[in-house]
Amino acid sequence: MRFTFSGTEYEGREGETLAAALVRNGVLGGFRSLYRDRPRGVYTAGEEEPNALVQIGARPMLRATLVELEDGLVAEPLAGKGRLVAAPDDTRYDTMHAHCDVLVVGAGRSGLAAAEAASGRVLHLDGGQGTWVVGLYDDNYAIAVEHGRRLWRIRAKRIVLATGAIERPAIFPDNDLPGLMLAGAFQRYGRPVGATPVSAGWSPRVHLWSQARGRLRWDDRTGAPVPDGELRGIECVGTLTGEGLPEAPAFALPDGDEDAMFVDLERDSTVADVRRAIGAGLRSVEHVKRYTTIGTGSEQGKLANVNAIRVAAELLQVPPGELGTTTFRPPYLPVSFALVAGRQRGELFDPVRVTPIHPAHVNSGAVFEDVGQWKRPRFFPRAGEDMDAAVRRECAAARESVAKMDATTLGKVDVQGPDAVEFLNRMYTNAFDSLAVGMCRYAVMCTLDGMVFDDGVVMHVGEQRFVCTTTTGNAAPVLAWMEEWLQTEWPELRVWLTSVTEQWATVAVVGPDSRALLAGLTAIPLGREAFPFMAIREGAVAGIPARVCRVSFSGELAYEVNVDGRRGLELWQALDATPYGTETMHVLRAEKGYPIVGQDTDGTVTPQDLGMDWIVSKAKLDFIGKRSFSRADTARLDRKQLVGLLPAERVPEGTQLVAEPGDAAMLGHVTSSYDSVALGSPFALALVRSGRERIGEIVYADGIAAEIVDSVLYDPEGARRDGRPA
Amino acid sequence: MILIPCPWCGDRDETEFSYGGQAGVPYPSDPAALSDEEWARFLFFRDNPRGPFRERWVHTHGCRRWFELTRDTLSHQISGL
Repeated sequence: MRFTFSGTEYEGREGETLAAALVRNGVLGGFRSLYRDRPRGVYTAGEEEPNALVQIGARPMLRATLVELEDGLVAEPLAGKGRLVAAPDDTRYDTMHAHCDVLVVGAGRSGLAAAEAASGRVLHLDGGQGTWVVGLYDDNYAIAVEHGRRLWRIRAKRIVLATGAIERPAIFPDNDLPGLMLAGAFQRYGRPVGATPVSAGWSPRVHLWSQARGRLRWDDRTGAPVPDGELRGIECVGTLTGEGLPEAPAFALPDGDEDAMFVDLERDSTVADVRRAIGAGLRSVEHVKRYTTIGTGSEQGKLANVNAIRVAAELLQVPPGELGTTTFRPPYLPVSFALVAGRQRGELFDPVRVTPIHPAHVNSGAVFEDVGQWKRPRFFPRAGEDMDAAVRRECAAARESVAKMDATTLGKVDVQGPDAVEFLNRMYTNAFDSLAVGMCRYAVMCTLDGMVFDDGVVMHVGEQRFVCTTTTGNAAPVLAWMEEWLQTEWPELRVWLTSVTEQWATVAVVGPDSRALLAGLTAIPLGREAFPFMAIREGAVAGIPARVCRVSFSGELAYEVNVDGRRGLELWQALDATPYGTETMHVLRAEKGYPIVGQDTDGTVTPQDLGMDWIVSKAKLDFIGKRSFSRADTARLDRKQLVGLLPAERVPEGTQLVAEPGDAAMLGHVTSSYDSVALGSPFALALVRSGRERIGEIVYADGIAAEIVDSVLYDPEGARRDGRPA
Repeated sequence: MILIPCPWCGDRDETEFSYGGQAGVPYPSDPAALSDEEWARFLFFRDNPRGPFRERWVHTHGCRRWFELTRDTLSHQISGL
């Protein structure tokens, strides 16, 4: 077979590594060093290779000693630094999970014996056979890489480490010249002509042991750290323990130019660098490592670290054991992000959730936004419309005629049981004793520190049965929060919780003509008295069994129609109204001063800060967050409060607010900002210190003057809520 | 990634669980009777030992049950479910 290295074609052989083929073809150099641009060549025959780094197509920083030759392979030498390729890596990576009784790492003599002796499900891995164990974590959790393409996640009851030893480079002036190679590599490559073997003993390959937080101790006989102490379920065998390794020759620094005695070939660090570190007062090998960068290259100190200890000890004239050892961390070999990601990239990176109505949104040309994992229509542009134009038209439809929004993504928790009312009384700030069956109520829940956590509508749908809606992003956290309290603090409450978010499809029908539109589709009486605000009615809508709630997040007459999720699309198509997306929803609610949890709040905002004292029960003895409302910090009067802003022009959300242009002292910040058709001007919501006392004052947002106003800017008397007079 | 013995599901990977902090910090029976100092201690103060620690976990991506265990914060060794 043929391969190309650095623009020259060579002949290769089946089963060879790229490094072996280069050496056999007489290429003993061919590489350059990272900082000093010194000529370098293949130095090892293994994963510890510091010089022979190559780029193959999109894959950077591959070790020529680990690259299996393929016909037509094209490799470029790298000077210690790879090249990211703009094109996506279309290599297919995947992940496997394995459980075993015994994992044996290493297939040398002792590894083979350990695998032979092991019983049960035995997994025997060795880098030389293509699968490297690169990480060893708590409770015998191991990560292995098979041929660079497949990641193994392994949980083993017992692990036998038989990782052997790495040969140590000798230190002398110009010990980096091409042609010099470790004695083991020299043998392995068949004693190549022109090459010279070097060796200064062997260091046990303690990396996996150290990763698993095994202790190390300096062993004078081998001149290297060896495993010390014990780890649950992990056993070290063979030369990894230091036993069976030759005694190391006594270490002494040779005479000559210390700046040409390389300790770390990949980092171009020398004995002179170690001497400088020590001259700067550093004593611990960890500090010497950080000062000199020895061991921080992609080779991660496999060759350099032990020598760095030996050199530093020699310069300090102390026993090497006194300097400590570096801690080895995963991965043992570089692992590409693409491999870790495996199949979880692109569309499979995170699940995409869509509502049953989604196909209609796609047909309508909706522009979507991600809300958690959900795809929600942001706006529905018509030909020639940008977002602003579409939102103006959608807002006008909701305020002047009738519009519809897919509200399916709101979380829904079904709460059932004899103690459901008591449970809700404890979870939410407001009380539910007086909420009749067939009615619903806006509700806020706080965390124990009194900060707003979520809001929604609690529907009393039957005796001992409620459905609580949550914000889209908090559906799972709210359910978990409810479960936690029920299980850990209130196990005596007979209440059962079920997530029903995906079982229901919800469409909000909004606007002064919503009553007329629905009247053509349902026999449910829709009159002001027959179907009052915050009431729930059940019946068929467009022939579909529905639960209809008269709630409004826009200030307009509105109905939220809930049907079986599987019939959501059918319902949507039966409603002849202007579709609108989340952007219009935001404008409509902001004009009414309705906050969005997570946008106008940030975990430091109380219901009182939002101007919602009315939703915090004074009568209930206790509920989550109540005690915190009387804490000094929560009760102080100069907290940031939600107010409206009328700026001279639109200001970006997040803009800091100050009293005078150029001031640094921050009074607050803009939380929501839009253009309003209904108001004929831009407007914003903001959290401002003592904001309600400042109504009428002017503040500045990035130099733009803005008047502080009440947060309810549109229809403050609520006249539009019940629609047109009959 | 540690292995956590769920009392209902057996040994499962840590990624299936959520951490619930120190165990044995019950909600006060009468929060209104506590001083601000006492309430703040309940809200914000937790032990942070080096060694065995009684703590709460929930098997979020499994049975969704809360339970307690003792974990050595240094070695991650779990004992005493």
